[in-house]
Amino acid sequence: MTALAKQPPQLVRTRPLMTLNGISKTYDDVTALDDVSAQVYPGEVLGIVGESGSGKSTFLRLMNLQETPDSGSYHLDLPDLPDNLFTLDRFERRMLCARQIGIVYQNPHEGLLMTHSSSGNVAERLLIAGERRFHVLREKAQSALEASEFPIPRMDAPPIELSGGMQQRVQLAKAIALEPAVLLLDEPTTGLDVSVQALVLDTLKRLQQERRITMVLVSHDLGVIRTMADRVMVMRRGQVVEDGLVDQVFQDPQHAYTQQLVHAKL
Amino acid sequence: MPTPSNSSTRNCNQMPPILTVEGLTKTFQMHHLGQSLMAFEDLSFTVSPGEFLLLSGPNGVGKSTLLRTLYRSYLPVAGQIRYDSREGVIDLAQAADIDIAHLRRTEIGFVTQFLTARPRVPAEDIVAEPLRLAGHSRDDALKEACHWLKTFGVKQDLWRAYPTTFSGGEQQKVNLARALILPQRLLLLDEPTASLDVGAREALVTRLADLKSQGVAMIGVFHHAADVAHLIDRDIRLKPKELSDVA
Repeated sequence: MTALAKQPPQLVRTRPLMTLNGISKTYDDVTALDDVSAQVYPGEVLGIVGESGSGKSTFLRLMNLQETPDSGSYHLDLPDLPDNLFTLDRFERRMLCARQIGIVYQNPHEGLLMTHSSSGNVAERLLIAGERRFHVLREKAQSALEASEFPIPRMDAPPIELSGGMQQRVQLAKAIALEPAVLLLDEPTTGLDVSVQALVLDTLKRLQQERRITMVLVSHDLGVIRTMADRVMVMRRGQVVEDGLVDQVFQDPQHAYTQQLVHAKL
Repeated sequence: MPTPSNSSTRNCNQMPPILTVEGLTKTFQMHHLGQSLMAFEDLSFTVSPGEFLLLSGPNGVGKSTLLRTLYRSYLPVAGQIRYDSREGVIDLAQAADIDIAHLRRTEIGFVTQFLTARPRVPAEDIVAEPLRLAGHSRDDALKEACHWLKTFGVKQDLWRAYPTTFSGGEQQKVNLARALILPQRLLLLDEPTASLDVGAREALVTRLADLKSQGVAMIGVFHHAADVAHLIDRDIRLKPKELSDVA
């Protein structure tokens, strides 16, 4: 016997903030994503888990408009945006991402200029969005770094001189500097010491509680997903095999692959 | 397979039920064994506002599984769980995840004996979290959190400490403070008094009595039902049947 099918939302009448429908993407002969859909509601944290090569990071890059899928649509429920964001040109995508979509990469080299000052890295995001006044750039960069619990006396140090945990805080400050609608997190704590990992997760949790930022968190670490996410999507070979509330998916996994994944956790 | 039997009724609560369970069935499909295991089958009962329902029966009969299915941590395979929410009746067995998450934040609570502590988060912040998620200010939420930590007997010098290092009993008190800080309309209680000291147990029973008088419906599993004997309105006894595979 299989579990009863879920009905469409009935009590929550808020529209999803993000709606991705039927996303497929291939690289040469390799199918990275095969008809993947997701909805993310305002203020919630959607976790995406799956083994390496499952397509989870590709899906996140598409949410960040870094790539265009072979088919499918992406809508953000914000004013003055088209029904499908993949129709935007490169410049429009850059402006939209600067203002509304923040991202933290696993590898700080992807998100930061490692030899520029940390404050300058954060200010870059503000510059793209059109801010030119030096004192405003400085103040806003400091405020974002403070919110990310970065030690302000070191705000002019370049990321290359900082620890991994501090580099992630600079990425986070850059991502939230303009108070985006969505924060995308691609393995943000992978490779950090467990104590630093706990601190970064605390900061994220606090930001989520205080600012109600909608987050999509990709991680292969089930503990991180369990701590952070409200709902979780399990991906395998470019497809979603299961999705549900995080406690349900971990306590009562339905799909054989999810059961394997959950039972493999130490 | 257990079957329910209404074994005792004390209170004739005539209010329309807040929860109506019909034909509820739960099996666990274990793919690596290639078989399913029946937890319970065809359960039906109701609970009204202000009513306290005890689930009883021997270990392994499915009491906790039933609570988790009502909370939707487990997915049922058949039946209905009609819940009369403030915004209308909804079948929890098939409700969208986003609706369940909404009800958990606002109307339905689950109280266990186990604390899920996050590393490096102080006890007072863990307790305050449900209020913060419900939109209360940090100061108000922390004030209320301290009140409940005190009520459940957590020593003040532990309020800012990390509960991951606490003893089992102290963790449980933090968990109760967190679980009961935000008034709900339906509370599911999974052995919340197990391993509590006398003072904390009394504080919990007082809080439950208070919530019951406010109209909160409760369904509970208690290892020592005598702790809450004066609160119990009805007892649903789950009976074990011979376990059988239903692959």
